[in-house]
Amino acid sequence: MSTPQHPSPQAAPAWQGAPGPAYAAAGPAYTSPIPIVRTHLGHAIASEWTKIRSVRSTMWTLGVFVLLVIGIGLLAGAVVAANATEGDLAGDTALSFGFFGLLLGSMCVITLGVLTTASEYGTGMIRTTMVACPSRGRVLAAKAVVFFAVAFVVTLVSSGFVAMVDVGMLGDARQPTGSEWLKATFGVSLYIALLGLISLAVGSIIRHSAGAITIMIGVLLAPLVIAIFMFSSSLEDLRQALFEYSIPNQLSVFYSSSLSDSGPSGWDPLWIALGVTAVVLGGAFALLEKRDV
Amino acid sequence: MIELSGLTKRYGEKVAVNNLTCAVRPGIVTGFLGPNGAGKSTTMRMMLGLDRPTAGDVRIDGQHYDRLKDPLRYIGALLDAKAMHGGRSAFNHLLCLAQSNGIPKRRVHEVLDTVGLTSVAKKKAKGFSLGMGQRLGIAGALLGDPRILMFDEPVNGLDPEGIHWIRNLMKSLAAQGRTVFVSSHLMSEMALTADHLIVIGQGRLLADTSMADFIAQNSRSYVRIRTPQRERLLDVLHGAGVLVVESGSGVLEVDGDKSEHIGELAAQHQIVLHELSPQRASLEEAFMQLTAESVEYHAHTDTPPGPLEQFERPGPQPGPQWGDDWTRS
Repeated sequence: MSTPQHPSPQAAPAWQGAPGPAYAAAGPAYTSPIPIVRTHLGHAIASEWTKIRSVRSTMWTLGVFVLLVIGIGLLAGAVVAANATEGDLAGDTALSFGFFGLLLGSMCVITLGVLTTASEYGTGMIRTTMVACPSRGRVLAAKAVVFFAVAFVVTLVSSGFVAMVDVGMLGDARQPTGSEWLKATFGVSLYIALLGLISLAVGSIIRHSAGAITIMIGVLLAPLVIAIFMFSSSLEDLRQALFEYSIPNQLSVFYSSSLSDSGPSGWDPLWIALGVTAVVLGGAFALLEKRDV
Repeated sequence: MIELSGLTKRYGEKVAVNNLTCAVRPGIVTGFLGPNGAGKSTTMRMMLGLDRPTAGDVRIDGQHYDRLKDPLRYIGALLDAKAMHGGRSAFNHLLCLAQSNGIPKRRVHEVLDTVGLTSVAKKKAKGFSLGMGQRLGIAGALLGDPRILMFDEPVNGLDPEGIHWIRNLMKSLAAQGRTVFVSSHLMSEMALTADHLIVIGQGRLLADTSMADFIAQNSRSYVRIRTPQRERLLDVLHGAGVLVVESGSGVLEVDGDKSEHIGELAAQHQIVLHELSPQRASLEEAFMQLTAESVEYHAHTDTPPGPLEQFERPGPQPGPQWGDDWTRS
C-alpha cells in the first residue's frame, strides 16, 4: 500500500518560479532567503498608516470634516463681518467663529476614530492583523498613534486656517492675544483629537461600528440636550453640571466664550479629556489582552 | 514544527477542544480532519494566538505564538478568505501586512505574481470572487516566506482549477521542507493531498496516523459478483470455503482480493458471470465511521443506516468511487 497517487503536476503554476533560486538549496527544514527583522512599534505604525490612508472612509470623514470646519467657520465670519455694526464685536475675538464648524466636524472625527478599530471587527480584518502582529497592545498603540496624529494635524490645519481668515476679515473685533491663539488652534485640535481617540478606544471595546458611533454621538450631545429639557428645579445642580461638562460647552471654553460662568475654564477641558482618554484607552488595552479576537 | 499539548478550549459549559495533544511535523502535508463543528477552526485560532486556550499549550518551533517578533516569517495562515477590509486594494492589504513584519515591499509584488493576482492588484478586495479572495489570502500567507503554513478549509467554494492549484501548491510547499497544516471536513480532499492525518471529533483526538496507515487500516477490499446462476455459484463458493455475503439486488460480495480465484472456480463449473469486479470501500465511509459518534449536527434521514450496516451492504454503486485510481497503483 502506498500513499495516494496525485494528479501529475503538469503545467507548473507561476508561483514555482517566483521566489528565486534559494529554494533549491532548501534542506530538510525550510530556510527563507528574506532577511529577518526584529519588529517593533515602528513597523506596526507604518502598517496602520498604510491601512488608514488606503480606505475610502478616511477620505470621506476627513473630507466632510474639513468642509464643515472651514465652510461654517468662514461663513460665520463673513456673515458677522457683513452685518456687525461698530462696537458689536468689541468684547470678543474673531477666533470664536471657528467653534460652530468644529462642533459639527467633531462627529466626523468620532466616526473615523470608531472605524479605525471597529471596522476591522466588522470585516474580519482583525484576525489577519492579529496573526501578523500577535502583540495586541502594539496594534492598538499603533492605531492610536496614527489616528491621533492624523486627527490632530487635520484639525490644526483647518482650524488654524479658519482662525487666520476670520481674524483678518473682522478687523473691528478685539485682536486675540497669544494665549488665545494657542487655545483656539493648538488646544482645540488636541481636544478634538482626544475625542477621536476616546472613540477609537470605544470602537475597540464595543467592536461594532454602528454601536460605537451611536454611543459616542450620544456622549457628545446627550448631556446638553438633557440639560436643556431638565425643567425640575430640584435637579438644578445636576442640570448645571450636565450643562457645564457637556462636550459642546467644554469645546467653547477654548474660545473663552463659555455658555456658563462657572464650570471648566482655561485649559481644564483638555485635562478632563486627557483623563477620560487614559481611562477608556486603558480599558480597551486590558479588554483586548483578555478577550479572544 | 507545531506542538499541541493538552490544548483545551471551553466556551461556558461547552467544550470546543478537549485535551488535544499532537504534533505537526515539517516536510509533509498534515491533514486536520473532522466533521463540521469538531473544533478545527478553534484549534487553529488557538495556534495563532487569536483565542486563549482554557488549558494547555501550543508551541511553534518551541515558542508561544505571541512571543514571535515577526510571526509572518514563521507561520503563514489562511483562516478565511474574507478576513480583510473589502475597501482596500489587494496591494495595500498585503503591503500593510508586510510592513507590520518588516518584510520588504518587493515581496508583495512577488506573492501577487505567485498567486496570479498582479493584474488586479489595485482593485478593491470586495469586488473579488471567492476564488480570488482565497488567492489573496494565500498571498498573505506566503508573504513572509514562512516555514509553517496553515490553511483552514482552503478549497471551500473553489472551482476545480482552483482546487487543483491549491493541492499542487501545498504539496510543493511541503516538498521544500516546510510544515503544511491543512484542515478540511472532506476525507476525499485529504486523501489527495495529505501525508499525515490528525482526525478530531467533538474536540477530541480520534486519530493521529500516516495517510498510508489510515488507508491500510480502513479501506476494506472485496469482490463484487453478479450472476444469473446465483444458487449454483453459491454452492460452488461454499464448497471451496469462500465466504459469500449477499447484498441487495442479486449482488454477491466476497471479502478480500479473490477475484482470480472466483473467476477460475466459475470457469471450472461453467457458471456465467455478468460481473466480477474488485472493489474498495471508500475512505469517506471509514472516516464517517470513525467520527460517527462525534458528529455534532446530525441530519436525520428516514432510515438512518448504522455504520456497520453501511459496510455490509454498500448498495448500488453508480460509478467508480473516488480513490479508485490511487488504490490500484
